[in-house]
Amino acid sequence: MQTRLHEMKESALGQISQVTESSQLQDLRVKYLGKKGELTELLRGMGSLSPEERPVVGQLVNEVREALEAAFSGKQQAFEQAELSAKLSSQTVDVTLPGRPVPAGTMHPLSRIIEEIEDIFIGLGFEVAEGPELETDHFNFEMLNLPKGHPARDMQDTFYVTDELLMRTQTSPVQARTMLKKEGKTPLKMICPGKVYRRDDDDATHSHQFTQIEGLVIDKKIGMSDLKGTLLTFARQMFGENQQIRLRPSFFPFTEPSAEVDLQCFNCGGDGCRVCKQTGWIEILGSGMVHPRVLEMAGYNPEEVSGFAFGMGVERIAMLKYGVEDIRHFYTNDVRFLRQFNRG
Amino acid sequence: MKVSYQWLAEYVDLSDTNPQELAEKLTRSGVEVDAVESRNAGVSGVVIGYVKERSKHPDADRLNVCVVDAGQGEDLQIVCGAPNVDKGQKVLVALIGAKLPGGLNIKRSKLRGVESQGMICSAKELGLNDKLLAKDQQEGIMVLPGDAEIGMDAISYLGLDDYVLELGLTPNRSDCLSMLGVAYEVAAILGKEVLLPQIELNENGGDNPLQVKIEATNESYQYNGRHFTKANIASSPQWMKNRLMAAGIRPINNVVDVTNYVLLEYGQPLHAFDAAQVDNRSIIVRLAGEGEKLVTLDDQERTLDAETLLIADPTKGLAIAGVMGGANSEITGETTEIILEAAWFTPQTVRRTARSLGMRTEGCVRWEKGVDQTRVEEAGERAASLIQQLSGATVSKGIAKAIVKEATPAVVSVSLQKINQHLGTSLVASDVSPIFDRLQFPYEAANDTWTVTVPTRRGDITLPEDLVEEVARLYGYDNIPTSLPSGSATQGQLTPEQQLRRIIRHHLIGAGLNEAISYALVHPDRVEEVSGLHQEAVKPISLLMPMSEEHSVLRTSLIPSLLQTIAYNKNRQNQDVGIFELGRVFLTAEEALTQLPDERLYVAGALTGQWLPPNWMGAKQPVDFYQAKGVVESLLARLGIKAAEYKATAELAGMHPGRTAEVWVGEQRLGYLGQVHPGTEKAYDLSETYVFQLDVAQLITVSAEVGHYNPLPKFPAVTRDLALVVDRSVPAGNLEKAIRGAAGSLLESLTLFDVYTGERIAEDKKSMAFALVFRHAERTLQDEEIQQVTTAVIEALKNDTGAELRM
Repeated sequence: MQTRLHEMKESALGQISQVTESSQLQDLRVKYLGKKGELTELLRGMGSLSPEERPVVGQLVNEVREALEAAFSGKQQAFEQAELSAKLSSQTVDVTLPGRPVPAGTMHPLSRIIEEIEDIFIGLGFEVAEGPELETDHFNFEMLNLPKGHPARDMQDTFYVTDELLMRTQTSPVQARTMLKKEGKTPLKMICPGKVYRRDDDDATHSHQFTQIEGLVIDKKIGMSDLKGTLLTFARQMFGENQQIRLRPSFFPFTEPSAEVDLQCFNCGGDGCRVCKQTGWIEILGSGMVHPRVLEMAGYNPEEVSGFAFGMGVERIAMLKYGVEDIRHFYTNDVRFLRQFNRG
Repeated sequence: MKVSYQWLAEYVDLSDTNPQELAEKLTRSGVEVDAVESRNAGVSGVVIGYVKERSKHPDADRLNVCVVDAGQGEDLQIVCGAPNVDKGQKVLVALIGAKLPGGLNIKRSKLRGVESQGMICSAKELGLNDKLLAKDQQEGIMVLPGDAEIGMDAISYLGLDDYVLELGLTPNRSDCLSMLGVAYEVAAILGKEVLLPQIELNENGGDNPLQVKIEATNESYQYNGRHFTKANIASSPQWMKNRLMAAGIRPINNVVDVTNYVLLEYGQPLHAFDAAQVDNRSIIVRLAGEGEKLVTLDDQERTLDAETLLIADPTKGLAIAGVMGGANSEITGETTEIILEAAWFTPQTVRRTARSLGMRTEGCVRWEKGVDQTRVEEAGERAASLIQQLSGATVSKGIAKAIVKEATPAVVSVSLQKINQHLGTSLVASDVSPIFDRLQFPYEAANDTWTVTVPTRRGDITLPEDLVEEVARLYGYDNIPTSLPSGSATQGQLTPEQQLRRIIRHHLIGAGLNEAISYALVHPDRVEEVSGLHQEAVKPISLLMPMSEEHSVLRTSLIPSLLQTIAYNKNRQNQDVGIFELGRVFLTAEEALTQLPDERLYVAGALTGQWLPPNWMGAKQPVDFYQAKGVVESLLARLGIKAAEYKATAELAGMHPGRTAEVWVGEQRLGYLGQVHPGTEKAYDLSETYVFQLDVAQLITVSAEVGHYNPLPKFPAVTRDLALVVDRSVPAGNLEKAIRGAAGSLLESLTLFDVYTGERIAEDKKSMAFALVFRHAERTLQDEEIQQVTTAVIEALKNDTGAELRM
């Protein structure tokens, strides 16, 4: 009997290993382990064994059963695995095909620069102020120490709408309006982004409409060193933490002293290149200490408070930052241009 | 202002600097140098020669064979094609091996068989600016005066070894519109002295016969007249020509050149008259009569008005004061008797006249910026001495003078404390005094306060702050420390309105649109083309003097700009465009503007072509009304705006009458959306284009913050689908309204999930399928309840819209 068990085990294992289809495996299972299977039949013959033989054979039967069960389930798993693999393989997609399109818009480069600058100055405690684009001569010029007939008005050829109303040539009137609104209170820290207009023929470097951001700080004991520090902080946040700035004396009717501010060329790092015309520096800002007459007209006592102001052209910064060579690109809105400003 | 470096070196010792270094120093201390240019455009190996012989070329009619002594030991044989070359001339000779501008190298050559050992040059060939050449030097070879030294290098003879510093002056630094003004600035920067010109005048004639009278006395004019006889009008010496040309002025003759030279040197405009043409040798400064005419030096007849200041004799006008002389008293080759004017007029007078006549001479520029009145006489005497020196004129004794008011220098005080506070520095008195010394500003110092008598050449300094700036720029902006404002802290943040504006921008970008920015100034035809949002208040606002009609009127709607952008893109093969703009429009009800218009911020969008980019799945989605509406709906949802209503309208100019809706919330009209009228599309050459335009301020007023959340439901919902058949003309909104009205508070949501027209239903009908979701917050709904509500809904649909359940 023991011999037969061994023989059966060998034969069954041999057959299982030969099976190629799941249904054959099922048939074999019935043949050996089914109710009328060979092993069951053998067990029935246990009764004829001696009491000494019975436990030995019993154990052997169990061993054979376990071995067969293990062989069956191993084979079964192999079949299932193969089936799954076949199924998955049939489901393969070409991962290099493009995905289903989701329309994605873009922010105008000028808006990007404005938002970036706004956020930097908000972080420094500035508020964002706004004012009309169609202004009075009074706010656009006179409140900024540019009385009628002042030669510096030539610097800003103006679109007049009537004798007293005009398209603002700068965002500075917003400073004047904000100062008046403050009624002499300090501290005042503001920036004012916005569109401005000048009588220029549109070409690669001129636009009759462009964008400025100006800033103003008024408080007790504000000195030119504060202007330098604030602009350096701004330059480093905007253009990189190792940035350097350089101030050069200049003239604006509404500041005294006045300064042009140069940024170390971000293209060459100051070594000199085409972008900075070999100087290592790029002019990006006009600035200065607020002229005492401007303070006075806006309701501040220049003996008690002082302030600084600065202004920059958004297009110029965008042109430098993105290498745009023609200012008209910002206003013709060719979608092939706009779509390039896709990050953020 | 163009500054000759060599000329400048006459007034300031420049021996320890160079043009580039000086330019940098000037720029860093407040006088910007735009460019430093060498006067030599690439000349070498050119010397002065003497034409000893000239003969015709044996084989060429137009060529001459010259024998030239160029100081080279042996005479040179040079073939020259210029018709004006002749024996006895001093000329410029490019020797073998010479280099000329434009890469021309002179080699030994044969011209029609005759050897040529060099080239006789024209001024142009040496790279001299054509416009600055005297008329007789513009054609042919350049013939030099007889005293030119044979063999001398042309570079030094013509001053081509000089550099020109081109200053980009700000309006306050008109003092640097003169060589001496620049010299004072350079001296201050370098810590050097200013060497003033030596004036040597020999009054070798009789008494000055000139009578000068100022009749227009309401301004502080001054008029000095010098008188000369026996002048010999001729060409100026080369050194003067070189300097004038370096400054960009064309030499004319010795007298006119002197007036220009001193204009450059002192910044003082001068004028010379042919005294023989001045009646009674009498000069009157008066206002012109209205309509009085004068032919000016440029041969133009000018009609003057009664505010024009005129220089006249008793019978006629001679010159427009400060602007231009008259042709009737011009210095000519025959002139021998001369009147030299050195005068002072107010900047406003000259500026106004120059403007009204549309003239802008070198003199005008200086008058407008302010001429230093205290130097009028000195400049006049300098010019007189040069005229005498160059023309050999006899100078009459004395200056004929008339003066209304002398100039008085400003006195300005500034304290050390003010300087330090304003600059954030810690200077001491011994830092500041040397700066005023270097500027040659006389001052009295006491108690750390300087009381400065400002030289009249620096008319820009009137306030303590102006002195602070002088200190700052000469102390060096680089030396000012760096700090941050130390006062009380401020909170920086966007206003709620500014935040919402950003949300609008970012949402539309996320929704797939490209942000555009267009011009606020548009063509007048554009204004009325497509309706704005506030038509009742729109009167177009025009510029007084536009640059072009294209940009002459302020926009009242953003749509035309966006349509132009779409058209621009279509012309460049960008057919599929979705753009939006946040921008202001300018609204007024006034016919003629007397006050600021209402500037309203609109947000508008325009969509055309395919919404989806081309893709391999072949999925296409041409933009249509519902695409535009989807964008608007999602924007309103983002702003927390619920219960917006879309009302069909056929009334909006430029919009499709059957495909346009106004967007309402309660009583507020937020804007509109729809298809552009096919007629307008055609006018712009557009394909089907859909637009929307909304008023941002109104969006913001109805925008709602996220409030308390709704607790999540504990009881199940029940869904009922209703398929309805209704007349095609009935809007879906009516059905929705009827359903919501009848369903009451149990209705949690309502979704239209199918619209069908076609074969399976009657031709004038459409089928619409709604999913109704019911829920009660506190219990499970019973079938009977839902049945009851559904019945009521069906009833209401039938009564209100004629809709029937689809069987």
